[in-house]
Parts: sequence; C-alpha cells; structure tokens
Amino acid sequence: MTARPSIEELEEEIVENFSLFDSWDEKYEYIIDLGKKLPALEDEHKKDDNKVRGCQSTVWLVAAYKDGLVEFKADSDAVIVKGLISMLIQVLSGHTPDEIIQAKLGFIDRIGMTTHLAQTRSNGLAAMVKQMKNFALAFKLQNESAKH
Amino acid sequence: METLTRSELLFDVDSIREEFPILKRMVKGKPLVYLDNAATTQKPLAVIDGLTRYYSEYNANIHRGIHSLAEEATAAFEASRDAVKEFIGAAHREEIIFTRGATEAINLVAYTWARKFVGAGDEILVSGMEHHSNIVPWQIIAEEKGAKVIPIPVLEDGTLDMEAFQRLLTEKTKLVAIVHASNSLGTINPVKYIVEQAHVIGAKVLVDGSQSAVHLPIDVQDIDCDFFVFSGHKVYGPTGSGALYGKKALLEAMPVFHGGGEMIKEVSFDRTTYNELPYKYEAGTPNIADTVALKFALDFVNGIGKEKIHQYEQGLLAYATDALEQIKGLRIIGKAPEKTSVISFVVEGVHPQDLGILLDNKGIAVRTGHHCTQPLMDRFGIPGTTRASFALYTTYAEIDALVAGLERSIKTLL
Repeated sequence: MTARPSIEELEEEIVENFSLFDSWDEKYEYIIDLGKKLPALEDEHKKDDNKVRGCQSTVWLVAAYKDGLVEFKADSDAVIVKGLISMLIQVLSGHTPDEIIQAKLGFIDRIGMTTHLAQTRSNGLAAMVKQMKNFALAFKLQNESAKH
Repeated sequence: METLTRSELLFDVDSIREEFPILKRMVKGKPLVYLDNAATTQKPLAVIDGLTRYYSEYNANIHRGIHSLAEEATAAFEASRDAVKEFIGAAHREEIIFTRGATEAINLVAYTWARKFVGAGDEILVSGMEHHSNIVPWQIIAEEKGAKVIPIPVLEDGTLDMEAFQRLLTEKTKLVAIVHASNSLGTINPVKYIVEQAHVIGAKVLVDGSQSAVHLPIDVQDIDCDFFVFSGHKVYGPTGSGALYGKKALLEAMPVFHGGGEMIKEVSFDRTTYNELPYKYEAGTPNIADTVALKFALDFVNGIGKEKIHQYEQGLLAYATDALEQIKGLRIIGKAPEKTSVISFVVEGVHPQDLGILLDNKGIAVRTGHHCTQPLMDRFGIPGTTRASFALYTTYAEIDALVAGLERSIKTLL
C-alpha cells in the first residue's frame, strides 16, 4: 500500500498555493478555476436528498465508502462555491472516516476564507464540512455494526 | 441652513453625499459603491448626530414623567408622529402608530384587525410579488381562522395581472394586502385603483409602503387605503423605527395587541380599560431614540424634496437600465412601465451568488438571492436575481462602476 498523504499535508499544499497570490482577484480566479474543473455530478445524484442546506446556492454532495476510505463527489450551481467544495474534496476524499471526523481544516481560515467570505456564505462552507463529517460518521457506525 | 442652499441647486449629489459619512469608506481596498438601498439606506449626519444628541441631551422615558427631560423627550417623540403624519399625508396624528418597522406593523394588523374581522371561508388577497412579511402573517391568521390567502398573479413584465385581480376580488375578500412598490422588481402597483375596486365590495386594503415611502410622494388620503406601513431604516432613518397608519375608525374598532404600560387607561383585577389612539397600540417603552431620529430622516428627505429625488432616481434607473441591457446574456427581471429605482437581473450561465461575491471584492454592494420573495422567483422560474437598488446619493459614476464590475466578473466566471 502506497503512503497516502495526510489531511494536514493536503491542507498545507492548498495554503502554499494560496501564498503565491497577491490579490483577492487572483485567489478568486483560482477558486473559480477549481470550480470549473471539478467534474459535474451525474444528474441522478442531483436530487433533494443530496442537497446541503444552509447555502444561498444549491450544493449536492454524495459520498461512497470503499476499502475503508470515503470518496466524496459534489456539485453546485454556483462556481465559487463549487471551487470551495473542490478544495474540501481534495483534502478530505480518500481518507478513513476517523481521519475525516478528526480533521480540523485549519486551511479554510489560513487562506482567509472565513474572514473574507460574509457570514452567510461562511455558513454555507460550514454546512458542507458538517455534511462531509456526517457522512464519515455514518460510514464509521455502519462499519462498527457490521463487525459485531 | 444647508438645506436651504441645497434646495436652491438642481440636484447636487456631491453635497448630498457629504451628508453620508459611510459613503467615504473603502471596502476591499476600493471605494464603497453601495447599491443595496432597497435592503436598507445609509444614514445622513442629521440622523447620526440626532441620535447622539438625543442620548447626550434629553434621554428620558416618555409620556409619564413630569421632569424637563421627560417633557423634552416626549415632545420630540410626538413631533416625530407629526412628521410621519405629514410625510404620508394622514388626516390625524393619532392614526400613526409607531412600530419596529413594516413587518411589525403588518403583524399588528394581522393579529388585531384580521383576527377579529376575518372568519372561516373568507379570503385575503395578496400579490405574487409580496415580500414574505406581507404573506406569512396572513397565512398564520388564515390558518387559525380557516380563511384563505390568495395571490394575484404577476405577468411576465413584472406587473400585476389586473384582470385576475378583478376576477379574484369577490364578496369573500375581506382584505387586499398589496405592496406599493416591489422590492425585487421595482414595479409600482396601481394601489389607488386597487383600493377603489376593493372598497366597492367592502374589502379593506393594506398597502405595504416599505419600498415606496423612500421613492414616491405618499398621500394615504388620496390612495384611500385603510392601512399603510413602512420602515424607517429604508427612508434614511434608524433601524427599529417604522409606522403603521390606519384609518381612525378602524383603529378604534380593532382589539388591542400587546398589553402592558402606556396602552392602558386604568388597570384593576376586575377590569382594565385601554388608552386612546395611538397609545392603545404602543405598549411598553417604545424605541424612543430611533423614533425621534426618524423625524430627522424625514426632514432630510423633505429638505431635498420628494419630487426632485424621484426625478433624479428615475434618471439613474433609465441610465442603468440602458447600460445593463448592453451586457451580453444579461436579462432584466421586471420591466414594468412604472418602477422605482430597483433593477433585478439574471445573467445566463452565471449564478447570482458568484456575481455578488466578485462585485463585493470590487467594493460594490448588491444583493443576491430571492429577496424574501420566493413565490415571485418561482413565478419567473429562477432561484434568485442580482439586484442593484439606487438612492438619492447614488451617482452615475457608480452605475458605470457596476457595469464595468459586472462585465469583468462575468468574464471571469464564464
């Protein structure tokens, strides 16, 4: 098994990328680019059950559990939000439920997203993180009950 | 004194802007371009200083005290009532009830008048362009009473379907609750005509003036509406101030709302009697400071002149409409012939939230989303719009900044 980069290491990568930007214009352009590159979610997943509440835009989030690791896929009708999710996926996808549950995600603050985005939008980001952790928790519990 | 000089000039927007300290601030390193005036307007020095003066010089609880401060505070509070009466053209000062804003005023009517006079099977007509504040209070009472809330449909251009209105107006209709000017679209509704028609069948009419009081001359006697509500903070006044106008006979016939101090005549455990209008509906210590300062806001508007403001804002609206329509893929939602200075739009392939974030990054404040009018957004099959709304201090240069900002943002997003 090849060594998986830890969540902290992946966060560090994003922080380093952002340190290259001088202005918020550049940061947004980067986030928008990430959003555009994130593959669209298949239509079958774009249903109410997969919506994340608490965002001004619509966000769909799905998770799969395979070989002990959680894989996330997501989409949004707003591209900046989609870029933000893309970063969350980049950091959290491919980790164990425990790793995801314990992730502190300090990078959000370090790249200035909590202070720069207005309260309402930050809450959207918070809602996404919460939903991802909820998925991880659900897989963990499923796993434990399967063992018994 | 400044007011005198100003009124002599045609419309000196630069000197008007001097009265609004907040307009000098920078946002994200750029000069603030504030185009969210339909949500709330900024405050002139007259209001800001007036609030400080109130607390520094004559703060006291009103109506009961016999000391000098109480007298001064009471006089200022009641002077504000006279100012509101004049501002909306009411016949009597006791027809003005101070509230926290339009929402509380609507709820007051819902919980008193509607609770008494609306019954099972009755209907309340609203419009499809109402703010949630002029839908939900009626739904609450309708559910309690077994009545129905029925929307008058909105046409493609953002005007009301007046044929449908005539059809929906029946002997079952007890109330028509209608917005004077739409916060999302800017549409100015023919309220005088609506009142005339409603009165023919004996229905009462509440006009939500939240968006009209700041832009249009208001004459409630001419409109002949039974109730009129507005919020102070949308007329350059403090948040937490506002008023309900109601025809005297109606206000007298209505049951009381909140019980407490000020609204009583005599209290005993056998029988409590209630105070006269307007105090009957002003229980507890009111928001004295903000209500006092509301007068300073209205004086400020009157000092410039409603007609002149309207003319200037209509110029801004026409200029912005033309400029925005040049932007590829941009579609204005709401093209009524009569509009306040509000423009809602969507851009093909671009989410309003993304536009809002990128414009904010350029120091431009607009509003994005459903603007508390979800049924209206559903009507147009859109999740929301980007809305730019102008005030008397908005400049043509700011509209240019909006257009340039939009063009750049759209390019980045597409």
